[in-house]
Amino acid sequence: MNNTSNIDKNIFAQRKRANKIGLTLSMGAMLIGMVFLLWILSVLLFKGFSAISLDLFTHSTPAPGSEGGGLANAIVGSLLLVGTCTFFSTPIGVLAGLYLSEYGDRSRVAAITRFVTDIMLSAPSIVIGLFVYAFIVAQARHFSGWAGTVALALIAIPVVVRTTENMLRLVPGSLREAAYALGTPKWKVAFKVTLRAAQSGVMTGILLALARVSGETAPLLFTALNNQFFSTNMNAPMANLPVVIFQFAMSPYDNWVELAWGGALLITFAVLGLNILARVVFREKVQG
Amino acid sequence: MMSNMKTMFDLNKIDSQGGKVETTNQHAEQVAVNALEVRNLNFYYGSFQGLKEINLDIEQGKVTAFIGPSGCGKSTLLRTLNRMYDLYPGQRAEGEINFYGQNILEPGQDLNLLRSRIGMVFQKPTPFPMSIYENIAFGVRLYEKLSRSEMDERVEWALNKAALWNEAKDKLNQSGLSLSGGQQQRLCIARGVAVKPSVILLDEPTSALDPISTGKIEELINELKHEYTIAIVTHNMQQAARVSDYTAYMYLGSLVEYGKTDEIFIKPKRKETEDYITGRFG
Repeated sequence: MNNTSNIDKNIFAQRKRANKIGLTLSMGAMLIGMVFLLWILSVLLFKGFSAISLDLFTHSTPAPGSEGGGLANAIVGSLLLVGTCTFFSTPIGVLAGLYLSEYGDRSRVAAITRFVTDIMLSAPSIVIGLFVYAFIVAQARHFSGWAGTVALALIAIPVVVRTTENMLRLVPGSLREAAYALGTPKWKVAFKVTLRAAQSGVMTGILLALARVSGETAPLLFTALNNQFFSTNMNAPMANLPVVIFQFAMSPYDNWVELAWGGALLITFAVLGLNILARVVFREKVQG
Repeated sequence: MMSNMKTMFDLNKIDSQGGKVETTNQHAEQVAVNALEVRNLNFYYGSFQGLKEINLDIEQGKVTAFIGPSGCGKSTLLRTLNRMYDLYPGQRAEGEINFYGQNILEPGQDLNLLRSRIGMVFQKPTPFPMSIYENIAFGVRLYEKLSRSEMDERVEWALNKAALWNEAKDKLNQSGLSLSGGQQQRLCIARGVAVKPSVILLDEPTSALDPISTGKIEELINELKHEYTIAIVTHNMQQAARVSDYTAYMYLGSLVEYGKTDEIFIKPKRKETEDYITGRFG
Protein backbone atom coordinates (compact mmCIF):
# COMPACT_ATOMS: atom_id res chain seq x y z
CA MET A 1 0.00 0.00 0.00
CA ASN A 2 2.47 2.59 1.08
CA ASN A 3 6.13 1.90 1.34
CA THR A 4 6.76 4.19 4.34
CA SER A 5 5.47 1.40 6.53
CA ASN A 6 8.69 -0.57 6.20
CA ILE A 7 10.88 2.29 7.44
CA ASP A 8 12.17 1.52 10.90
CA LYS A 9 10.88 4.37 13.08
CA ASN A 10 13.71 3.93 15.56
CA ILE A 11 16.43 4.36 12.95
CA PHE A 12 14.66 7.42 11.62
CA ALA A 13 14.36 9.02 15.07
CA GLN A 14 17.95 8.16 15.82
CA ARG A 15 19.12 9.88 12.65
CA LYS A 16 17.10 12.99 13.45
CA ARG A 17 18.64 13.05 16.93
CA ALA A 18 22.16 12.70 15.53
CA ASN A 19 21.42 15.51 13.13
CA LYS A 20 20.26 17.76 15.97
CA ILE A 21 23.35 17.01 18.08
CA GLY A 22 25.65 17.75 15.15
CA LEU A 23 23.88 20.99 14.37
CA THR A 24 23.97 22.12 18.02
CA LEU A 25 27.67 21.40 18.32
CA SER A 26 28.60 23.29 15.18
CA MET A 27 26.37 26.23 16.09
CA GLY A 28 28.01 26.29 19.54
CA ALA A 29 31.48 26.32 18.05
CA MET A 30 30.50 29.16 15.74
CA LEU A 31 28.97 31.12 18.63
CA ILE A 32 32.15 30.86 20.72
CA GLY A 33 34.16 32.25 17.83
CA MET A 34 31.66 35.00 17.13
CA VAL A 35 31.34 36.03 20.79
CA PHE A 36 35.07 36.62 21.16
CA LEU A 37 35.38 38.38 17.81
CA LEU A 38 32.48 40.72 18.59
CA TRP A 39 33.77 41.25 22.13
CA ILE A 40 37.18 42.31 20.84
CA LEU A 41 35.64 44.53 18.19
CA SER A 42 33.21 46.21 20.60
CA VAL A 43 35.89 46.92 23.24
CA LEU A 44 38.10 48.26 20.48
CA LEU A 45 35.35 50.47 19.11
CA PHE A 46 34.32 51.66 22.57
CA LYS A 47 37.81 52.55 23.75
CA GLY A 48 39.35 53.51 20.43
CA PHE A 49 36.61 55.64 19.00
CA SER A 50 37.10 58.44 21.50
CA ALA A 51 40.78 58.62 20.49
CA ILE A 52 39.96 59.18 16.84
CA SER A 53 40.30 62.88 16.13
CA LEU A 54 42.01 65.14 13.65
CA ASP A 55 44.99 65.39 16.01
CA LEU A 56 45.53 61.65 15.62
CA PHE A 57 46.44 62.18 11.97
CA THR A 58 48.26 65.52 12.25
CA HIS A 59 50.36 65.29 15.42
CA SER A 60 53.26 62.98 16.11
CA THR A 61 53.55 60.75 19.15
CA PRO A 62 53.88 62.84 22.33
CA ALA A 63 56.93 62.87 24.61
CA PRO A 64 56.53 61.25 28.02
CA GLY A 65 54.51 63.48 30.32
CA SER A 66 53.30 65.89 27.64
CA GLU A 67 49.64 66.31 26.78
CA GLY A 68 47.76 65.37 23.58
CA GLY A 69 49.70 64.20 20.56
CA GLY A 70 48.74 61.93 17.69
CA LEU A 71 49.99 59.07 15.56
CA ALA A 72 50.93 60.88 12.33
CA ASN A 73 54.53 59.61 12.40
CA ALA A 74 53.42 56.04 13.10
CA ILE A 75 50.72 56.09 10.40
CA VAL A 76 53.12 57.40 7.75
CA GLY A 77 55.82 54.97 8.94
CA SER A 78 53.45 52.02 8.70
CA LEU A 79 52.32 53.08 5.23
CA LEU A 80 55.96 53.40 4.10
CA LEU A 81 56.97 50.04 5.57
CA VAL A 82 53.97 48.16 4.22
CA GLY A 83 54.21 50.00 0.89
CA THR A 84 57.87 49.19 0.28
CA CYS A 85 57.25 45.64 1.47
CA THR A 86 54.47 45.24 -1.11
CA PHE A 87 56.63 46.81 -3.80
CA PHE A 88 59.34 44.20 -3.33
CA SER A 89 57.36 41.12 -2.33
CA THR A 90 54.75 41.31 -5.10
CA PRO A 91 57.06 40.70 -8.09
CA ILE A 92 59.16 38.16 -6.19
CA GLY A 93 56.13 36.31 -4.89
CA VAL A 94 54.20 36.34 -8.17
CA LEU A 95 57.22 35.23 -10.23
CA ALA A 96 58.02 32.44 -7.77
CA GLY A 97 54.39 31.31 -7.85
CA LEU A 98 54.48 31.40 -11.64
CA TYR A 99 57.62 29.27 -11.60
CA LEU A 100 56.07 26.71 -9.25
CA SER A 101 52.90 26.36 -11.27
CA GLU A 102 54.07 26.75 -14.88
CA TYR A 103 57.74 25.79 -14.99
CA GLY A 104 58.89 23.80 -11.96
CA ASP A 105 55.75 21.73 -11.55
CA ARG A 106 56.99 18.33 -10.38
CA SER A 107 60.72 19.11 -10.38
CA ARG A 108 62.89 18.76 -7.30
CA VAL A 109 63.64 22.48 -7.09
CA ALA A 110 59.93 23.21 -7.08
CA ALA A 111 59.24 20.61 -4.40
CA ILE A 112 61.94 22.11 -2.18
CA THR A 113 60.71 25.66 -2.83
CA ARG A 114 57.19 24.62 -1.91
CA PHE A 115 58.38 22.94 1.29
CA VAL A 116 60.45 25.94 2.36
CA THR A 117 57.60 28.31 1.55
CA ASP A 118 55.22 26.27 3.67
CA ILE A 119 57.63 26.41 6.60
CA MET A 120 58.04 30.16 6.14
CA LEU A 121 54.26 30.54 6.12
CA SER A 122 53.99 29.11 9.60
CA ALA A 123 57.29 30.40 11.01
CA PRO A 124 56.77 32.55 14.12
CA SER A 125 57.21 36.15 13.03
CA ILE A 126 59.54 36.84 15.94
CA VAL A 127 62.02 34.38 14.44
CA ILE A 128 61.99 36.34 11.21
CA GLY A 129 62.50 39.55 13.23
CA LEU A 130 65.51 38.06 14.99
CA PHE A 131 66.96 36.81 11.70
CA VAL A 132 66.79 40.27 10.12
CA TYR A 133 68.15 41.77 13.34
CA ALA A 134 71.17 39.47 13.20
CA PHE A 135 71.88 39.95 9.51
CA ILE A 136 70.97 43.59 8.87
CA VAL A 137 70.51 45.55 12.09
CA ALA A 138 73.51 44.07 13.91
CA GLN A 139 75.73 44.45 10.81
CA ALA A 140 74.67 48.06 10.14
CA ARG A 141 74.77 48.82 13.88
CA HIS A 142 71.46 50.68 13.77
CA PHE A 143 67.74 50.00 13.41
CA SER A 144 66.22 51.11 10.12
CA GLY A 145 63.06 51.27 8.06
CA TRP A 146 64.69 49.09 5.39
CA ALA A 147 65.33 46.34 7.92
CA GLY A 148 61.62 46.53 8.77
CA THR A 149 60.72 46.27 5.09
CA VAL A 150 62.88 43.18 4.69
CA ALA A 151 61.33 41.51 7.73
CA LEU A 152 57.81 42.23 6.52
CA ALA A 153 58.66 41.08 2.99
CA LEU A 154 59.93 37.75 4.36
CA ILE A 155 56.51 37.26 5.91
CA ALA A 156 54.55 38.47 2.85
CA ILE A 157 56.43 36.62 0.09
CA PRO A 158 55.39 33.07 1.10
CA VAL A 159 51.75 34.15 1.25
CA VAL A 160 51.95 35.65 -2.24
CA VAL A 161 53.86 32.64 -3.62
CA ARG A 162 51.37 30.07 -2.43
CA THR A 163 48.21 31.97 -3.36
CA THR A 164 49.64 32.79 -6.79
CA GLU A 165 50.52 29.15 -7.37
CA ASN A 166 47.12 27.94 -6.23
CA MET A 167 45.28 30.51 -8.33
CA LEU A 168 47.33 29.62 -11.43
CA ARG A 169 46.53 25.95 -10.88
CA LEU A 170 42.83 26.78 -11.03
CA VAL A 171 43.30 28.02 -14.62
CA PRO A 172 42.06 25.14 -16.81
CA GLY A 173 44.74 23.32 -18.79
CA SER A 174 42.57 23.70 -21.88
CA LEU A 175 43.26 27.45 -21.86
CA ARG A 176 47.02 26.84 -21.88
CA GLU A 177 46.64 24.24 -24.64
CA ALA A 178 44.62 26.71 -26.69
CA ALA A 179 47.42 29.25 -26.41
CA TYR A 180 50.08 26.69 -27.33
CA ALA A 181 47.94 25.58 -30.27
CA LEU A 182 48.38 29.03 -31.83
CA GLY A 183 52.14 28.61 -31.67
CA THR A 184 52.61 30.76 -28.58
CA PRO A 185 55.98 30.43 -26.86
CA LYS A 186 55.87 29.20 -23.29
CA TRP A 187 56.75 32.45 -21.54
CA LYS A 188 53.99 34.26 -23.39
CA VAL A 189 51.48 31.57 -22.47
CA ALA A 190 52.50 31.93 -18.82
CA PHE A 191 52.48 35.72 -18.64
CA LYS A 192 49.85 36.80 -21.14
CA VAL A 193 47.30 34.03 -20.84
CA THR A 194 47.60 32.04 -17.62
CA LEU A 195 48.62 34.87 -15.30
CA ARG A 196 46.02 37.13 -16.88
CA ALA A 197 43.30 34.53 -16.38
CA ALA A 198 44.27 34.28 -12.70
CA GLN A 199 44.92 37.96 -12.10
CA SER A 200 42.11 38.68 -9.68
CA GLY A 201 43.02 35.62 -7.62
CA VAL A 202 46.62 36.78 -7.56
CA MET A 203 45.51 40.29 -6.54
CA THR A 204 43.52 38.73 -3.71
CA GLY A 205 46.65 36.94 -2.51
CA ILE A 206 48.62 40.19 -2.52
CA LEU A 207 45.90 42.00 -0.57
CA LEU A 208 45.72 39.21 2.01
CA ALA A 209 49.51 39.31 2.41
CA LEU A 210 49.24 43.07 2.92
CA ALA A 211 46.58 42.58 5.56
CA ARG A 212 48.69 39.98 7.31
CA VAL A 213 51.80 42.16 7.29
CA SER A 214 50.17 45.42 8.41
CA GLY A 215 49.48 44.07 11.88
CA GLU A 216 52.86 42.40 12.50
CA THR A 217 54.63 43.71 15.61
CA ALA A 218 57.37 41.28 16.57
CA PRO A 219 59.49 41.56 13.40
CA LEU A 220 59.34 45.37 13.55
CA LEU A 221 60.43 45.49 17.20
CA PHE A 222 63.79 44.07 16.12
CA THR A 223 64.16 46.01 12.90
CA ALA A 224 62.40 49.34 12.36
CA LEU A 225 62.01 49.76 16.11
CA ASN A 226 60.28 53.11 16.69
CA ASN A 227 60.85 56.79 16.29
CA GLN A 228 59.35 59.46 18.46
CA PHE A 229 59.60 61.99 15.65
CA PHE A 230 58.18 62.26 12.17
CA SER A 231 60.65 60.65 9.75
CA THR A 232 60.53 59.30 6.24
CA ASN A 233 64.18 58.27 6.23
CA MET A 234 64.21 54.54 5.53
CA ASN A 235 67.79 54.32 6.81
CA ALA A 236 66.80 55.46 10.27
CA PRO A 237 64.53 53.89 12.88
CA MET A 238 60.96 54.44 11.86
CA ALA A 239 57.74 54.82 13.80
CA ASN A 240 54.98 52.33 12.98
CA LEU A 241 51.56 51.56 14.38
CA PRO A 242 52.09 48.06 15.80
CA VAL A 243 55.19 48.98 17.83
CA VAL A 244 53.64 52.26 19.03
CA ILE A 245 50.59 50.31 20.20
CA PHE A 246 52.84 47.80 21.94
CA GLN A 247 54.80 50.49 23.77
CA PHE A 248 51.96 52.91 24.52
CA ALA A 249 49.46 50.33 25.71
CA MET A 250 51.82 49.32 28.53
CA SER A 251 52.77 52.88 29.49
CA PRO A 252 51.56 54.66 32.64
CA TYR A 253 50.36 57.76 30.76
CA ASP A 254 46.63 57.99 30.08
CA ASN A 255 46.98 59.88 26.79
CA TRP A 256 49.45 57.23 25.54
CA VAL A 257 47.06 54.41 26.39
CA GLU A 258 44.27 56.20 24.58
CA LEU A 259 46.46 56.67 21.50
CA ALA A 260 47.24 52.95 21.59
CA TRP A 261 43.52 52.18 21.45
CA GLY A 262 43.10 54.61 18.57
CA GLY A 263 45.98 53.01 16.68
CA ALA A 264 44.59 49.53 17.28
CA LEU A 265 41.25 50.64 15.86
CA LEU A 266 42.96 52.13 12.80
CA ILE A 267 44.88 48.94 12.05
CA THR A 268 41.79 46.79 12.57
CA PHE A 269 39.80 48.88 10.14
CA ALA A 270 42.65 48.86 7.62
CA VAL A 271 42.89 45.06 7.79
CA LEU A 272 39.11 44.72 7.62
CA GLY A 273 39.08 47.03 4.60
CA LEU A 274 41.79 45.02 2.86
CA ASN A 275 39.93 41.76 3.51
CA ILE A 276 36.69 43.17 2.13
CA LEU A 277 38.54 44.55 -0.90
CA ALA A 278 40.11 41.12 -1.47
CA ARG A 279 36.68 39.49 -1.41
CA VAL A 280 35.24 42.03 -3.82
CA VAL A 281 38.14 41.62 -6.24
CA PHE A 282 37.83 37.84 -6.12
CA ARG A 283 34.07 37.87 -6.56
CA GLU A 284 34.39 40.03 -9.66
CA LYS A 285 36.59 37.37 -11.20
CA VAL A 286 34.17 34.57 -10.49
CA GLN A 287 31.32 36.47 -12.13
CA GLY A 288 33.34 37.94 -14.98
CA MET B 1 54.18 16.71 -59.64
CA MET B 2 54.50 20.42 -60.35
CA SER B 3 51.74 21.44 -57.98
CA ASN B 4 53.19 19.04 -55.49
CA MET B 5 56.49 20.86 -55.62
CA LYS B 6 54.82 24.21 -55.17
CA THR B 7 53.26 23.33 -51.87
CA MET B 8 56.38 21.70 -50.46
CA PHE B 9 58.27 23.94 -48.13
CA ASP B 10 60.85 23.96 -45.43
CA LEU B 11 59.00 24.23 -42.16
CA ASN B 12 61.71 26.42 -40.77
CA LYS B 13 61.70 28.87 -43.64
CA ILE B 14 58.06 29.57 -44.29
CA ASP B 15 56.31 32.89 -44.16
CA SER B 16 52.82 33.27 -42.83
CA GLN B 17 51.32 32.41 -46.21
CA GLY B 18 53.31 29.20 -46.50
CA GLY B 19 51.39 26.07 -47.20
CA LYS B 20 48.24 28.00 -47.90
CA VAL B 21 45.92 26.03 -50.11
CA GLU B 22 45.57 27.34 -53.62
CA THR B 23 41.99 27.70 -54.61
CA THR B 24 42.42 27.08 -58.31
CA ASN B 25 40.01 24.19 -58.48
CA GLN B 26 40.91 23.26 -62.05
CA HIS B 27 44.10 21.59 -60.90
CA ALA B 28 42.70 20.18 -57.70
CA GLU B 29 40.65 17.68 -59.67
CA GLN B 30 43.68 16.28 -61.38
CA VAL B 31 46.23 15.95 -58.61
CA ALA B 32 45.23 15.20 -55.05
CA VAL B 33 47.82 16.72 -52.74
CA ASN B 34 48.22 15.37 -49.24
CA ALA B 35 48.71 17.97 -46.55
CA LEU B 36 49.59 15.32 -44.01
CA GLU B 37 50.77 11.75 -44.43
CA VAL B 38 50.81 9.55 -41.35
CA ARG B 39 53.12 6.55 -41.62
CA ASN B 40 53.43 3.65 -39.14
CA LEU B 41 52.49 5.88 -36.25
CA ASN B 42 52.61 4.43 -32.75
CA PHE B 43 51.78 6.52 -29.74
CA TYR B 44 52.40 5.84 -26.08
CA TYR B 45 51.05 7.30 -22.85
CA GLY B 46 53.88 6.06 -20.66
CA SER B 47 53.74 2.31 -21.17
CA PHE B 48 50.18 2.29 -22.55
CA GLN B 49 50.00 2.21 -26.32
CA GLY B 50 47.33 4.66 -27.46
CA LEU B 51 47.81 4.34 -31.22
CA LYS B 52 48.90 1.29 -33.18
CA GLU B 53 50.50 1.40 -36.62
CA ILE B 54 48.38 4.20 -38.04
CA ASN B 55 48.71 4.88 -41.79
CA LEU B 56 46.56 7.62 -43.26
CA ASP B 57 46.66 10.53 -45.71
CA ILE B 58 44.91 13.81 -45.10
CA GLU B 59 44.13 15.43 -48.40
CA GLN B 60 44.62 19.12 -48.93
CA GLY B 61 41.43 21.19 -49.09
CA LYS B 62 39.23 18.36 -47.81
CA VAL B 63 37.57 17.55 -44.53
CA THR B 64 38.72 14.35 -42.88
CA ALA B 65 36.69 13.04 -39.95
CA PHE B 66 37.89 10.65 -37.24
CA ILE B 67 35.13 8.63 -35.65
CA GLY B 68 35.00 5.79 -33.17
CA PRO B 69 33.90 4.94 -29.64
CA SER B 70 35.33 6.78 -26.62
CA GLY B 71 38.95 5.93 -25.95
CA CYS B 72 39.59 4.66 -29.47
CA GLY B 73 42.43 7.12 -30.00
CA LYS B 74 40.78 9.59 -32.37
CA SER B 75 41.65 12.61 -30.23
CA THR B 76 45.11 11.20 -29.57
CA LEU B 77 45.71 10.94 -33.31
CA LEU B 78 44.57 14.54 -33.80
CA ARG B 79 46.88 15.72 -31.03
CA THR B 80 49.88 14.08 -32.66
CA LEU B 81 49.29 16.13 -35.83
CA ASN B 82 50.38 19.38 -34.14
CA ARG B 83 52.46 17.63 -31.48
CA MET B 84 50.20 18.87 -28.73
CA TYR B 85 51.20 15.79 -26.74
CA ASP B 86 54.69 17.26 -26.42
CA LEU B 87 53.43 19.43 -23.56
CA TYR B 88 53.15 16.37 -21.37
CA PRO B 89 56.12 14.36 -20.23
CA GLY B 90 55.73 10.62 -20.71
CA GLN B 91 53.81 10.91 -23.97
CA ARG B 92 55.67 10.01 -27.14
CA ALA B 93 55.06 9.18 -30.77
CA GLU B 94 57.03 6.91 -33.10
CA GLY B 95 56.80 6.75 -36.86
CA GLU B 96 56.38 9.53 -39.36
CA ILE B 97 53.94 12.36 -39.88
CA ASN B 98 54.83 14.20 -43.06
CA PHE B 99 53.52 17.73 -43.36
CA TYR B 100 54.08 18.63 -47.01
CA GLY B 101 57.04 16.32 -47.00
CA GLN B 102 58.54 17.39 -43.67
CA ASN B 103 58.51 14.81 -40.91
CA ILE B 104 57.18 16.79 -37.97
CA LEU B 105 58.07 14.05 -35.50
CA GLU B 106 61.77 14.60 -36.13
CA PRO B 107 63.61 16.16 -33.23
CA GLY B 108 64.57 19.80 -33.64
CA GLN B 109 61.32 20.97 -35.24
CA ASP B 110 60.19 24.38 -34.07
CA LEU B 111 56.94 23.39 -32.41
CA ASN B 112 55.63 26.93 -32.07
CA LEU B 113 56.09 27.49 -35.78
CA LEU B 114 54.52 24.12 -36.52
CA ARG B 115 51.49 24.96 -34.41
CA SER B 116 51.10 28.30 -36.16
CA ARG B 117 50.79 26.31 -39.44
CA ILE B 118 48.54 23.59 -38.01
CA GLY B 119 45.92 25.26 -35.85
CA MET B 120 43.58 23.56 -33.41
CA VAL B 121 40.16 24.20 -31.90
CA PHE B 122 39.12 22.34 -28.78
CA GLN B 123 36.01 20.71 -27.38
CA LYS B 124 35.28 23.46 -24.88
CA PRO B 125 35.41 27.06 -26.06
CA THR B 126 38.61 28.62 -24.68
CA PRO B 127 38.56 32.38 -25.23
CA PHE B 128 41.55 34.12 -23.68
CA PRO B 129 40.82 36.50 -20.80
CA MET B 130 40.96 39.58 -23.02
CA SER B 131 38.77 41.50 -25.44
CA ILE B 132 37.32 39.93 -28.58
CA TYR B 133 39.71 42.02 -30.70
CA GLU B 134 42.73 41.06 -28.60
CA ASN B 135 41.74 37.39 -28.69
CA ILE B 136 42.31 37.44 -32.43
CA ALA B 137 45.21 39.90 -32.54
CA PHE B 138 47.11 37.85 -29.94
CA GLY B 139 47.92 34.97 -32.28
CA VAL B 140 48.56 37.22 -35.29
CA ARG B 141 51.10 39.32 -33.39
CA LEU B 142 53.15 36.24 -32.60
CA TYR B 143 54.32 35.86 -36.18
CA GLU B 144 53.43 39.04 -38.03
CA LYS B 145 54.09 42.71 -37.53
CA LEU B 146 51.01 44.54 -38.75
CA SER B 147 50.04 48.19 -38.60
CA ARG B 148 46.98 49.13 -36.65
CA SER B 149 44.81 49.36 -39.77
CA GLU B 150 46.14 46.09 -41.17
CA MET B 151 45.37 44.43 -37.84
CA ASP B 152 41.85 45.89 -37.86
CA GLU B 153 41.37 44.43 -41.31
CA ARG B 154 42.71 41.05 -40.25
CA VAL B 155 40.43 40.90 -37.22
CA GLU B 156 37.41 41.76 -39.35
CA TRP B 157 38.46 39.21 -41.98
CA ALA B 158 38.88 36.46 -39.39
CA LEU B 159 35.59 37.25 -37.66
CA ASN B 160 33.88 37.20 -41.05
CA LYS B 161 35.43 33.83 -41.83
CA ALA B 162 33.99 32.51 -38.59
CA ALA B 163 30.57 34.10 -39.29
CA LEU B 164 30.87 36.14 -36.12
CA TRP B 165 31.50 39.63 -37.49
CA ASN B 166 27.86 40.76 -37.48
CA GLU B 167 27.35 39.68 -33.90
CA ALA B 168 30.67 40.98 -32.59
CA LYS B 169 31.47 44.10 -34.59
CA ASP B 170 29.89 46.46 -32.05
CA LYS B 171 31.61 44.93 -29.03
CA LEU B 172 35.14 44.21 -30.14
CA ASN B 173 36.45 45.71 -26.91
CA GLN B 174 34.31 43.57 -24.66
CA SER B 175 35.70 40.48 -23.01
CA GLY B 176 35.67 37.33 -25.12
CA LEU B 177 34.07 35.66 -22.11
CA SER B 178 30.96 37.83 -22.51
CA LEU B 179 29.94 35.90 -25.63
CA SER B 180 27.61 32.88 -25.58
CA GLY B 181 29.09 29.39 -25.78
CA GLY B 182 28.48 29.03 -29.50
CA GLN B 183 29.87 32.49 -30.19
CA GLN B 184 32.91 31.74 -28.03
CA GLN B 185 33.59 28.64 -30.10
CA ARG B 186 33.34 30.65 -33.32
CA LEU B 187 35.70 33.20 -31.76
CA CYS B 188 38.16 30.37 -31.17
CA ILE B 189 37.80 29.32 -34.80
CA ALA B 190 38.32 32.95 -35.89
CA ARG B 191 41.41 33.09 -33.70
CA GLY B 192 42.76 29.96 -35.32
CA VAL B 193 41.95 31.16 -38.85
CA ALA B 194 43.46 34.61 -38.21
CA VAL B 195 47.02 33.29 -38.14
CA LYS B 196 46.38 31.77 -41.61
CA PRO B 197 47.40 28.19 -40.94
CA SER B 198 47.25 25.60 -43.68
CA VAL B 199 45.60 22.89 -41.59
CA ILE B 200 42.91 23.29 -38.93
CA LEU B 201 42.35 20.50 -36.41
CA LEU B 202 38.95 20.41 -34.72
CA ASP B 203 38.65 18.28 -31.59
CA GLU B 204 34.92 17.65 -31.06
CA PRO B 205 34.23 21.35 -31.69
CA THR B 206 30.46 21.12 -31.24
CA SER B 207 30.03 18.62 -28.42
CA ALA B 208 29.54 21.41 -25.85
CA LEU B 209 27.14 23.38 -28.04
CA ASP B 210 23.41 23.49 -28.71
CA PRO B 211 22.00 22.28 -32.09
CA ILE B 212 21.71 25.78 -33.58
CA SER B 213 25.32 26.69 -32.75
CA THR B 214 26.36 23.26 -34.00
CA GLY B 215 24.60 23.94 -37.30
CA LYS B 216 26.44 27.24 -37.67
CA ILE B 217 29.81 25.64 -37.04
CA GLU B 218 29.09 22.86 -39.53
CA GLU B 219 28.25 25.49 -42.16
CA LEU B 220 31.49 27.16 -41.27
CA ILE B 221 33.45 23.96 -41.83
CA ASN B 222 31.92 23.69 -45.29
CA GLU B 223 33.03 27.26 -46.01
CA LEU B 224 36.51 26.91 -44.60
CA LYS B 225 37.42 23.75 -46.48
CA HIS B 226 37.77 25.73 -49.68
CA GLU B 227 40.88 27.35 -48.27
CA TYR B 228 42.06 25.12 -45.46
CA THR B 229 42.67 21.47 -44.88
CA ILE B 230 40.50 20.30 -42.00
CA ALA B 231 40.65 17.29 -39.71
CA ILE B 232 37.79 16.84 -37.27
CA VAL B 233 37.22 14.46 -34.42
CA THR B 234 33.58 13.83 -33.70
CA HIS B 235 31.56 11.34 -31.71
CA ASN B 236 28.53 12.28 -33.73
CA MET B 237 28.32 10.06 -36.81
CA GLN B 238 25.69 12.18 -38.51
CA GLN B 239 28.06 15.11 -38.18
CA ALA B 240 30.87 13.15 -39.80
CA ALA B 241 28.51 12.18 -42.63
CA ARG B 242 27.36 15.77 -43.07
CA VAL B 243 30.66 17.62 -43.07
CA SER B 244 33.46 15.31 -44.12
CA ASP B 245 34.89 14.11 -47.43
CA TYR B 246 36.89 11.31 -45.86
CA THR B 247 36.17 9.30 -42.74
CA ALA B 248 38.47 7.22 -40.58
CA TYR B 249 36.91 4.71 -38.21
CA MET B 250 39.12 3.89 -35.27
CA TYR B 251 38.82 1.28 -32.58
CA LEU B 252 41.14 0.50 -29.65
CA GLY B 253 43.97 2.60 -31.04
CA SER B 254 43.88 1.08 -34.52
CA LEU B 255 42.60 2.49 -37.76
CA VAL B 256 39.92 0.00 -38.79
CA GLU B 257 38.76 1.58 -42.01
CA TYR B 258 39.52 4.71 -43.94
CA GLY B 259 37.97 6.00 -47.13
CA LYS B 260 35.59 8.40 -48.81
CA THR B 261 32.80 9.31 -46.39
CA ASP B 262 30.09 8.21 -48.83
CA GLU B 263 31.62 4.77 -49.15
CA ILE B 264 32.19 4.35 -45.42
CA PHE B 265 28.62 5.23 -44.59
CA ILE B 266 26.88 3.51 -47.50
CA LYS B 267 28.85 0.33 -47.95
CA PRO B 268 31.64 -0.08 -45.43
CA LYS B 269 34.12 -2.80 -46.29
CA ARG B 270 34.57 -4.06 -42.77
CA LYS B 271 31.97 -5.64 -40.54
CA GLU B 272 33.19 -3.67 -37.44
CA THR B 273 32.69 -0.35 -39.21
CA GLU B 274 29.21 -1.35 -40.30
CA ASP B 275 28.30 -2.40 -36.76
CA TYR B 276 29.44 0.91 -35.35
CA ILE B 277 27.81 3.04 -38.00
CA THR B 278 24.48 1.24 -37.78
CA GLY B 279 24.53 1.61 -34.01
CA ARG B 280 24.82 -2.08 -33.21
CA PHE B 281 27.99 -1.32 -31.30
CA GLY B 282 29.56 1.68 -29.59
